[in-house]
Amino acid sequence: MSNKIAIVGVGESDEIGKVPGKSSLQHHAEAAYNALEDAGISIDQVDGLLTAGYSSMVVAEYLGITPTFTDGTNVGGSSFIIHIAHAMAAIRAGYCNVVLVTHGQAGRSARTRAVADAAEPGSQFEAPYGIINAPAAYSLAASRYMHIYGEDRTRDAMAEIAVSTRKWAQLNPKAYMRDPMTKDDYHNSRWVAWPFHLLDCCIVTDAGGAYVITSADVAKDLKKQPVWVLGATESHDHAIISQMPDLTSPISKDTGARAFGMAGVVHSDIDLAMIYDSFTYTVLVTLEALGFCKPGEGPEFVANQRTAPGGDFAMNTSGGGLSYTHSGMYGMFLVLEAVRQLRGETGERQLASPEIALINGTGGYLSSAGTAILGLE
Amino acid sequence: MNNYKKILPIPQGESEFYWNKASEGELWIQKCNQCSESYFYPRDISPCCFSRDTEWVISSGRGVVYAFSIIHRSPNQGFQDEAPFIIAIVELYEGPRMATNIVGIEDPTPEKIRIGMEVVVTFDKITEELSLPKFQLVKN
Repeated sequence: MSNKIAIVGVGESDEIGKVPGKSSLQHHAEAAYNALEDAGISIDQVDGLLTAGYSSMVVAEYLGITPTFTDGTNVGGSSFIIHIAHAMAAIRAGYCNVVLVTHGQAGRSARTRAVADAAEPGSQFEAPYGIINAPAAYSLAASRYMHIYGEDRTRDAMAEIAVSTRKWAQLNPKAYMRDPMTKDDYHNSRWVAWPFHLLDCCIVTDAGGAYVITSADVAKDLKKQPVWVLGATESHDHAIISQMPDLTSPISKDTGARAFGMAGVVHSDIDLAMIYDSFTYTVLVTLEALGFCKPGEGPEFVANQRTAPGGDFAMNTSGGGLSYTHSGMYGMFLVLEAVRQLRGETGERQLASPEIALINGTGGYLSSAGTAILGLE
Repeated sequence: MNNYKKILPIPQGESEFYWNKASEGELWIQKCNQCSESYFYPRDISPCCFSRDTEWVISSGRGVVYAFSIIHRSPNQGFQDEAPFIIAIVELYEGPRMATNIVGIEDPTPEKIRIGMEVVVTFDKITEELSLPKFQLVKN
């Protein structure tokens, strides 16, 4: 019997974007319902439940699941990519066979946020200086990159990424930001945290997402083509930004190399790259960490709208966290888009017969990473 | 103090010494006696060697700007009231890096500060018990 693992169902919550009145839990539940329907799997078959940033007990209670495997690993927005690895390990070890991974976050409409533990290092040694959100932390890293590799070419690269990602969003009916964007719009947008303009930053939406992942035995009899997990890896190398070993070299360098090795593929095999775009800078530095280009060469790699529709490097085809949706822990949506592109279900933005997709999630303050490589074979 | 709307640190067992010294206008860091490396933030077991053989040492309070950002929008009203302001990571001459603010620059813009500039510690006294170490550019 094959020990291959496949993603067999994906779904968002019924409405995403600005959805007043729906709780994070409702987004979890709707997405779970839709993903199971997409897979053609009954809730009764689900014996593994994974989520992040929300209690897996609460989600399981709502859904009526009594799992034999439960995992609430939360290392930020990358968690849902890391869950692929955890699900794979658990299924292979026999702890469960049909795993549901859910995400839900009313990031825009529910203004309740978890309060950080005041005793944690970040609360003592960063927050008192105003380093209290992602733009603050990531902009520090971007300033270092600019210092090393040149401000103007870094700025150009960030504009390229913002604009190319918006072009993909214009092809996605579910995208929150679909108005045309020019480089001038980018450069003229207000400062949030120099070096970040507003249009360097992901949007904030309400959204849920879920996927179903299972063994080859179950996958082969379902209504849709299985999307196989070829490699899935995880790591983190710091928590708070002032402890990051190198602000221009995130731990994706390690998860990426291991994922390529596990999958037995090389960079030129990748037909689609889904790279967590919390900020334009995140994409730039992650492409380098993953080895698509060398450190400092990201600006040339993304130049001339190479990652836009029609370009020769397909990236963030949903419109990304910058323009499609970003509920807070966006990583889930990277998985949904990769699966749909491989299945050929993405309409106007569909790539020509992609066979292999790479997903890279970043969590915390460039702290954690999960890389997954998916394929049709 | 009652008007202070920004976030204050709550000293813990491992960091009480650090905050006490800061309130006296001194910046202290820790050193691992197994490898002689200095480190920050304060913790009883060293991050370099996982060693309990550590000691407190006073820092020169001098270093260079390692990274900085100019905050224009903050989710905290106290910080927003002071925007734009500079957040930074400073690399101390002893080696460790710490998060801080660069103060003493009116209407901060990226033209007024550069990575690599020399800085020296200054203490922002919030209460009798609590001062925040911040940094200012060294005037040559």
